Amino acid sequence: MKQTLGVKIWRWSIISIVAFYLLVPLYAMLDFSTKPFGFADTGRTFSAWATIGKQEDLLQAVTRSLITAAIVMALILFLVVPTAIWVQLKLPLLRRPFELLCLIPLAIPAIVIVVGIAPLYRWISINLSESPITLAGVYSMLILPYTYRSLSAALDAVDIHTLAEAATTLGAGISRVIFGIIMPTIKTGIINGSFIAIALVLGEFTISNILNFKTFQVVIAQIGRTNGQVAVAVSLASLLFVLVLLLLIPNKKRHGAILDVDIA
Amino acid sequence: MTQIQYKGTGSASGRTGSRYWRSKSAYLGALPFLLFSGIFLLYPTWNVISGAFKDNYGVTSTAQLKSVFNSPIARGAFSNSIELSIKTAIVGAILGGLFAWAISTGKQGGMFYKISVALSSVLAQFGGVMLVFAFLATFGFNGLVLTFATRFFPSTFLSDPSWLYSMNGLAVLYTFFQIPLMVLVFLPTLENLKPQWREASDALGGKFYEYWLRVGIPILTPSFAGAALLLFVNSFSAYATASILINLSDFLTPLQIATALTSETGGSNPAEAKVLSFFMVIVVVIAMTLYALVRRNVSKWEQRR
Repeated sequence: MKQTLGVKIWRWSIISIVAFYLLVPLYAMLDFSTKPFGFADTGRTFSAWATIGKQEDLLQAVTRSLITAAIVMALILFLVVPTAIWVQLKLPLLRRPFELLCLIPLAIPAIVIVVGIAPLYRWISINLSESPITLAGVYSMLILPYTYRSLSAALDAVDIHTLAEAATTLGAGISRVIFGIIMPTIKTGIINGSFIAIALVLGEFTISNILNFKTFQVVIAQIGRTNGQVAVAVSLASLLFVLVLLLLIPNKKRHGAILDVDIA
Repeated sequence: MTQIQYKGTGSASGRTGSRYWRSKSAYLGALPFLLFSGIFLLYPTWNVISGAFKDNYGVTSTAQLKSVFNSPIARGAFSNSIELSIKTAIVGAILGGLFAWAISTGKQGGMFYKISVALSSVLAQFGGVMLVFAFLATFGFNGLVLTFATRFFPSTFLSDPSWLYSMNGLAVLYTFFQIPLMVLVFLPTLENLKPQWREASDALGGKFYEYWLRVGIPILTPSFAGAALLLFVNSFSAYATASILINLSDFLTPLQIATALTSETGGSNPAEAKVLSFFMVIVVVIAMTLYALVRRNVSKWEQRR
């Protein structure tokens, strides 16, 4: 399709306006984090960037967030995915209720979940332990609509009934059918789902902040109160890290999958 | 734990040798997930909804519901939340939609396409702590634009960072993650537009604007409205950004909920938090129902991949 001059002008003016709006704050972060404070107001300093690695509590928070992300992924792999396959295979009557259950989080904002879970959380941290498992449990429910979407799309594309029958005929047990046969065939859907899980856990603030759990974001906010430059540097670094990661992973359809939520 | 569960039911039904192994015991396989979601999803939801009709001592009453409904602070926060969400949903949908169009008319799989999509997926998740820092680095004290403005336009609002903490400031911040979200939601729709329609319009002598006025916009309206509703919900439920920028206040409903829940000065009021949450859920449910209705029209032409 050939583009006329008018269309081109429209296109580039839109791009430049939006790009300006989106990129100026990012550039400002770079500018701010390399600004020398005090009387020396010329030149650039990377001292804020150099101290990122020395922030003890930040490193702890990153580890904590990554552990939480790992638990969320384990929950998806060993609980949500098998159940989705199981329902699809054997419980056709539960398919609709299961879908509805998975879509409930769309109607419940994170702040509302906190209100609902607060008494339970308090009970668990007093009587059991203050481990990331509770947090991971809430997170895995929060991303359920997204996980469900990418899973059901993947499951619809394969005839899992035939696969399951063939596998059982050849002597496979049910766990072998689910974990050895069906899960590898819907790998893409599972990977997409896990990717969303990691993104959510690393970016989550609301729940962990109110429940007093020092995750990555909560600690960045804390650092921001004492040392703005370091906080800005950390934010920009993690942003660039994810961006590069996204550009390097060759996956054409991912952008569609991240928000392919559809309750109709 | 789940694995054992599956094995148990699997071997039991495997013995019968039936083709579909459908039996009552198959329902046991769904039990672990049901228990889990019961604890972490259904219980909190029920807790909020039932709690809205109770007072702080667990006695059923609608007093709290009424007092929050009539409270001027709660009403103000609620209307602020709705106003902010509508504003940012509309602006975000228009700018993001136009940007998505600009992306879709470019070369697919090209560098610009790749970078814009990747950047959109990152920035759509950007709300919260990092977003606030980015804008403080831009418009706050010692920020890029502020420094620039104080030197060249000292009389404009840009030379004073206080506007960031107002409704308009919040709207500018929220739009920052609404635009990329719109791109993510709307780009697939634009890519599903059939090139044949464009060709047919061109062949019949239709101009660029005629195609958009008579074909493009009418076809895209339901998807656009649906996407705008998603943006509305996204902004309405957002808590992190506002809470970091304007700490503990009653400006928006999510902030008021957090205040009611965590207030350390002895004013903690879980019942109020539940009532406010209940009202929030009602709004979100209405928006999502509208979304579902709108999407029903969309699926008539848009082939889902």
